[in-house]
Amino acid sequence: MKRFILIFSLLLFGAQALMAQKYVSRNGHIWFYSHTPVEDIEAHNRQAASVLNTETGDLVFQVLIKAFTFEKALMQEHFNEKYMESTKYPKATFQGKVSNFEEVDMKKDGTYPVKVAGTLTIHGVAKEVSVDGQIIVAGPELTAKAKFPAKVADYGIEIPSVVRENIAKEVEITVDLAYKKM
Amino acid sequence: MNYNRLIPFLLLVLLGPGLFAQDDLMDLLEGMEEETTDYTYATFKTVRIMNAHSIEMSAPGVMTMIISHRFGRVNGGAYEFFGLDQANLRLGFEYGITPWLNIGIGRTNIQKTYDGFLKAKLLRQSTGKRTMPISVAWLSSTQVNTLEWADPDRENLASSRLSYVHQLMIGRKFSDRLSLQLMPTMVHRNLVPTNEEENDVFSIGAGGRVKLLPSLTLNVEYFYTMPGFVADNYQDVLSIGIDIETGGHVFQLIFSNAVAMTENLYLTRTDGDWGAGDIHFGFNLTRVFNAGKKGSWAKSKKK
Repeated sequence: MKRFILIFSLLLFGAQALMAQKYVSRNGHIWFYSHTPVEDIEAHNRQAASVLNTETGDLVFQVLIKAFTFEKALMQEHFNEKYMESTKYPKATFQGKVSNFEEVDMKKDGTYPVKVAGTLTIHGVAKEVSVDGQIIVAGPELTAKAKFPAKVADYGIEIPSVVRENIAKEVEITVDLAYKKM
Repeated sequence: MNYNRLIPFLLLVLLGPGLFAQDDLMDLLEGMEEETTDYTYATFKTVRIMNAHSIEMSAPGVMTMIISHRFGRVNGGAYEFFGLDQANLRLGFEYGITPWLNIGIGRTNIQKTYDGFLKAKLLRQSTGKRTMPISVAWLSSTQVNTLEWADPDRENLASSRLSYVHQLMIGRKFSDRLSLQLMPTMVHRNLVPTNEEENDVFSIGAGGRVKLLPSLTLNVEYFYTMPGFVADNYQDVLSIGIDIETGGHVFQLIFSNAVAMTENLYLTRTDGDWGAGDIHFGFNLTRVFNAGKKGSWAKSKKK
């Protein structure tokens, strides 16, 4: 009996570990685009980190605010110092779930439309978001893509009046994460 | 083995992963993080505190234009329109060659001076993987006085027109609001008017800023002249002002007892006395232009 329980628990433990498949992205690409009649601004971050649990559809990612690069050095400085306050709020995070993950067939290559819902935290302000995206299965690799708008004011980011014409009230965020099995 | 102890363990194994799934993933993510070096940015709003250079550099490929004005003395009264009747101008350009090397030129009407300088960043304040409590920069500049010779009949050497300035800048951003900088400085003048006056003048400067609003800072800057002829006959320089930042511009409004805008003159020829109201109003207007290559940006933008 003792032996049976031991073996049983080991099996259970092992099976769970096997089932809980985790995919990891270390150098994901996240960028945003702000369009106004005066100026187009974009900034790229290629150090986004993400983990996707393909058993449950749980998805998290985080980006370092300071790792966003701009065309103009001064813009990057203002972005960090005045708007995002990256010393105070060094990261933006997302914690959520792919709600229809059961529709993604991990064994079959293809592009699957998905819905992702969760909490997006930017500038220390957490907000529930729900976005449409895609998961692309290609052999052992997974790619997650999404594009969604974010209102600057929703995250408590104040834009001074002198540059109000230059920075859009709503910026477009694009996420492109390439995952490998952990 | 005691079964009673095994059961909670089994329960944990069974239920644990489901209960803490998202938090687990977040922990996993944080565990993956590599420690990075976090460099301090925006110690000052621009490349000058007021009269003095700051440890801030023009970024690589960025041209900073500085238009500086210093007016006459405020105590000239209404007749002199509180000094605004006399305007002195310096027009300057600074360029970032690399992240740690800047080159600059300027022209001032006072003594019809041309100046050129090199500024090098030696240390960058940082936290994280590499921790550095201070930023350090070095400035070397040369000024050429191009006034016509006072006495064209004597032998006048071209080298007599030159002055040199060397300055070490040690700065620290203590918090988002407070930044301070120390500046041991040497001015060497190849020719001085009299035998009593020293060629080399040493001074120690201290400057700082307090951020009052995201786009507004209060600045103070003081140079103490080491004892000698210049210290006995001229004044230490004290300047107080504000920075107003608007996108690509920084407006620096300044009250100072110095009227000159080049180190060789304001550190050796300032005779205004704050106590007597010998205060000059002035401003620096800085504007940045992206003039250089965009190699690294284009690479990061690709895809």
